[in-house]
Amino acid sequence: MDKLIYLDHAATTAAKPEVVSAMLPYFTEKFGNPSSVYGFASENKEVVSNARKIIADTLNTNPQDIYFTAGGSESDNWAIKETARAYRDKGNHIITTKIEHHAVLHTCEYLEKEGYKVTYLPVDEDGIIRLSDLEAAITDETILISIMFANNEIGSIQPIREIGAIAKKHGVLFHTDAVQAYGQLPIDVDDMNIDMLSASGHKFNGPKGVGFLYIRKGLKLRNLIHGGQQERGRRAGTENVTGIVGIGKAAELADASMQERIDYETKLRDHLIDRVLNEIPYVRLNGHRTKRLPNNANFSFQFIEGESLLIMLDMKGICGSSGSACTSGSLDPSHVLLAIGLPHEIAHGSLRLTLGEENTMEEMDYVVDCLKEIVQKLRNMSPLYEDFIRKN
Amino acid sequence: MYSEKVMDHFQNPRNVGEIENASGVGTVGNAKCGDIMRIYFDIDENQIIRDVKFKTFGCGAAVATSSMATELVKGKSIYEALEVTNKAVMEALDGLPPVKVHCSLLAEEAIHAALWDYAEKNGIKIEGLTKPKSDIGEEEPEEDY
Repeated sequence: MDKLIYLDHAATTAAKPEVVSAMLPYFTEKFGNPSSVYGFASENKEVVSNARKIIADTLNTNPQDIYFTAGGSESDNWAIKETARAYRDKGNHIITTKIEHHAVLHTCEYLEKEGYKVTYLPVDEDGIIRLSDLEAAITDETILISIMFANNEIGSIQPIREIGAIAKKHGVLFHTDAVQAYGQLPIDVDDMNIDMLSASGHKFNGPKGVGFLYIRKGLKLRNLIHGGQQERGRRAGTENVTGIVGIGKAAELADASMQERIDYETKLRDHLIDRVLNEIPYVRLNGHRTKRLPNNANFSFQFIEGESLLIMLDMKGICGSSGSACTSGSLDPSHVLLAIGLPHEIAHGSLRLTLGEENTMEEMDYVVDCLKEIVQKLRNMSPLYEDFIRKN
Repeated sequence: MYSEKVMDHFQNPRNVGEIENASGVGTVGNAKCGDIMRIYFDIDENQIIRDVKFKTFGCGAAVATSSMATELVKGKSIYEALEVTNKAVMEALDGLPPVKVHCSLLAEEAIHAALWDYAEKNGIKIEGLTKPKSDIGEEEPEEDY
């Protein structure tokens, strides 16, 4: 195949042409500051409000509860740090999981240094928490539960509605990092009892550098940036108008096509998973077989290392990612793969392929054919495989 | 990220394989850290490395440094092989990214391990060769907040 086969949609996605064309006028002729009084800038104020309304509708909530940020990491930082600080009088305990994105994990570790106590819930072999563990972890001191909607590496989807119900029952706030789930799965913050939710524009065909945090009305978490009345005074600074227009358009498009994409991508994903599991020996699927994002496949190939695999796939025009240490710049493989119980050497041989609506069945077949060849080539070079074959 | 030479040695690794009844075999690294190298030597009676093969589990740099290391020692005497440092391997590959320097150390260590095995099998002492560590790790400082 001559064209690039992009299978790293969990890393980022291309902005849709409709998104880009909606944004363009606000860079040039419609450059006004939404805070200005004159008529020329009134449209800028209006488009920001429209985007807020579009996003609020997708979550079944009110526009005033949507706060634009610079992305998922900022939203996670804001939700966790400023909830912790605002509710310090009530308690100092936070519950999260071992498989969160580093934007959550590192923020919690930072808070631990400030004296907060954090429980990192384990997950089962499919990467899903046990509700009984959550219930058992809650104390009188617990102020916040932060559990991701769906995992960025292995795609596992958490029982969000049940977690929300438990949080509500105990009077604890519930934040979810929905960076991978928003735009991919239906979310209703009221029905699911979600108090805060983080999302990022570039994960669902919007622009990079813009995201949002949903904050349920009445929560008193502290302001993130001081200096102006933007975002109800909670996150000051002139609005990223182009970015906000872009994320609004992307949210609208994603919401309208969601079911269709879920059906299509699930079909591609299942074909990819079935062929890999059936045709390549000594491989495992990481994450739950069905309770996973429609676009996520994550495999561990025994006896080989992930970075080598990625480079060889790249040479065939295929973009993927891995949880091996070599791709993270450290000696440890992905914390998510270790949390589901994989030994280090199996975690090093992981490959994440995350697809999008532009991918085709033909591409899935091409990828599997390439994988078969590459995996065999790397195994022929591997001393681990040599030892394994000798023993068996 | 990688030089053209690294990519060439990764895509077309030289001397991949095994040697039956090798004169010396050295395995270094560990699977936990994500790289293992094994080097086989066929050494003749004049202590010349007649043939060399390797197998590596690891990243692109690990494969390329193994491949280059085998090229640098092939046809050399065991004493010349002992002089092949990780720096020489890196230079021959036109450099490695900083996080991959430990791969070249692993390659140097694999050569030493195979020479050590040869010396032990033959009951000889190779001047300048010390018992290699079987495990090369890299200490990385904890990130500060």
